[in-house]
Amino acid sequence: MSNVLALVEMSHRGEIAGSTRGLLAAAAKLGTPVAVVATATALTDDDVARLGGLGAAQIYAAVTAAAGAVLVIPALEALSEAVRALQPSAVVLANSVDGREVAARLAVRTGGGLLADAVDVRADAGKVVALHSVFGGAYTVESAVDVGLPIITLRSGAIDDHAPAATPEVSAVSLTVEQGNAAVIDGFNDEAAILARPELRGAATVVSGGRGLGSAQNFVLVEQLADALGAAVGASRAAVDAGFIGHTAQVGQTGASVSPHLYIALGISGAIQHRAGMQTAKTIVAINKDGDAPIFDVADFGIVGDVFTVVPKLIDALNARTS
Amino acid sequence: MKIVVLVKQVPDTAEERKLDLTTGLLDRDAGDSVVDEINERALEVALRVKDANKSTEVVVMTMGPDGATQALRKALSMGADSGVHILDDSLAGADTKRTAAALAAGLKVTGFDIVLAGNESTDGRGGVVPAMVAEHLALPLLGSLVSAEITEGAVRGVRQGEGGTLNVHAALPAIVTVTESSAEARFPNFKGILTAKRKPVTTLSVADLGSADLGSAELGGAGLTGFGPGADARVGSTVIVSTTERTARAAGRKIVDDGTAATELAEFLVANRLV
Ligand SMILES: Cc1cc2nc3c(=O)[nH]c(=O)nc-3n(C[C@H](O)[C@H](O)[C@H](O)COP(=O)(O)OP(=O)(O)OC[C@H]3O[C@@H](n4cnc5c(N)ncnc54)[C@H](O)[C@@H]3O)c2cc1C
Ligand SMILES: Nc1ncnc2c1ncn2[C@@H]1O[C@H](COP(=O)(O)O)[C@@H](O)[C@H]1O
Repeated sequence: MSNVLALVEMSHRGEIAGSTRGLLAAAAKLGTPVAVVATATALTDDDVARLGGLGAAQIYAAVTAAAGAVLVIPALEALSEAVRALQPSAVVLANSVDGREVAARLAVRTGGGLLADAVDVRADAGKVVALHSVFGGAYTVESAVDVGLPIITLRSGAIDDHAPAATPEVSAVSLTVEQGNAAVIDGFNDEAAILARPELRGAATVVSGGRGLGSAQNFVLVEQLADALGAAVGASRAAVDAGFIGHTAQVGQTGASVSPHLYIALGISGAIQHRAGMQTAKTIVAINKDGDAPIFDVADFGIVGDVFTVVPKLIDALNARTS
Repeated sequence: MKIVVLVKQVPDTAEERKLDLTTGLLDRDAGDSVVDEINERALEVALRVKDANKSTEVVVMTMGPDGATQALRKALSMGADSGVHILDDSLAGADTKRTAAALAAGLKVTGFDIVLAGNESTDGRGGVVPAMVAEHLALPLLGSLVSAEITEGAVRGVRQGEGGTLNVHAALPAIVTVTESSAEARFPNFKGILTAKRKPVTTLSVADLGSADLGSAELGGAGLTGFGPGADARVGSTVIVSTTERTARAAGRKIVDDGTAATELAEFLVANRLV
């Protein structure tokens, strides 16, 4: 089977990114999964074991002082070298801020074809086919590359699968990175991780709040319902703009696209740009004072009511059930 | 200082956007076209530099069909000095990779100290064109900035990463993209609208771009600027395998809260095994 490269993103604190499981699962559907990673210091045995557990049959580990010091270019150079050395039949990357910049530059460099924001991949008679969910899930498009290396960015949280665990063979290389075309990193400002809550993308249940919550203090109600359900927290752009919660919680056209089993919209009108990010959810629940709010057009269960009266009662009912 | 802002005309996200099910291409007649909101924010960053230093020259560049001139005029009415329209029949249907090659060639023709763009377009959501342009020009990319500070020789800013933000900088020339968290754009004023009509717009054809690359089959042809996955699918030599439309969602049960709605909802969630 041919090699399929998966670019593993490592945080500056040395954590393997959450996207890695899905990337290796996608790579395994297409060939032999090879994890490619660029770090400032060699991978630890733990890292190797974790990547093996996630399905990496081989690890192409590039060590370069530039990793963590400049943006994107170390990963790009590592991937370019791995493409040369391993002649892969495809490359998969996360559709993340870094991942798509690497993918774009790699496509120009290798003359490959870029299949962006795929939600799934499959091998079809030797060809790599990518599946895309377009315009908020209104269309499903399948695409393939005719000539050149297929380079695929995968939407975060879209792939549920897990590749079979493997014991990876590690190829360690040291890399000198030409930094002339790289932007310099001066510092990292980490967001305080909300440890107990699942990540928005890929979560089975999402509770989102909108402008209707009125203030950052009141937005706690959204978090309380989320915690009662073991759900991730989302938000409309209006709620993010008003400072109720950080931008990473935004769901919609220019935020996260989510497809959970259950999506609960609180005080969200359901503008078309918001629906574009959540209307592929299996079940949608909406609570809004305004009976004419467009969110009700896509809701399986709608309550015309005040979130401040309905939600506390709902939390009580849910808690009563579990205790 | 010369700032070039890349602006793109896109279908209005406030309306339903359609794909042609036989070709997989964007149906441009289905709705209105507007300047992508993110590009107005990128222009705002440039105009603030100009507000502080009048000698700054702001050029807006677009690649697109005839009608894309409207996008340039809007940008000129907001305060840009001149426009460049890359327009050529042979570019109709260009994909992201070919679009980036054309924009990079156009940028070589106009010259610049810094290029500003949006981090991703609302029609394609590719978020790849500026990085491709940066690769063509062998320049640093400061991507996804929530704020940017441009000085004579350098640009620094705050990049929105996955788990937090990063402080980043690069020497000029450089390419910068901004996110929707960057400053909101100004509205054109009356004087701006009047003077926009007199501001120069240069049209560049593929011949003017003088880039051998643009004609090459390797860059791919039949795509449509502005339709993401489809267009991306045509980068290199890529093809659409199929396009299917999802059946629209139907509204379900809607109740007015009379004090018991929360209990009913809890029962609904239990009955459907959602809790
Ligand atoms: C290019 C572009 C991209 C965009 N991208 C996104 C995106 O990614 N995500 C996104 O969400 N938006 C996006 N938007 C913005 C979008 O158009 C809407 O403005 C936004 O979604 C509105 O958020 P909202 O529903 O919270 O606010 P509003 O529309 O103001 O709705 C608030 C709702 O709360 C209800 N309400 C008020 N008080 C209560 C109460 N006590 N109890 C119950 N209900 C109450 C009101 O009836 C109202 O329906 C984008 C817009 C553009 C132009
Ligand atoms: N045809 C185009 N003309 C001018 N700028 C473009 C064009 N396509 C993309 N861009 C720029 O690249 C950014 C990201 O676009 P995309 O990579 O398509 O998501 C846009 O916000 C624009 O600034």
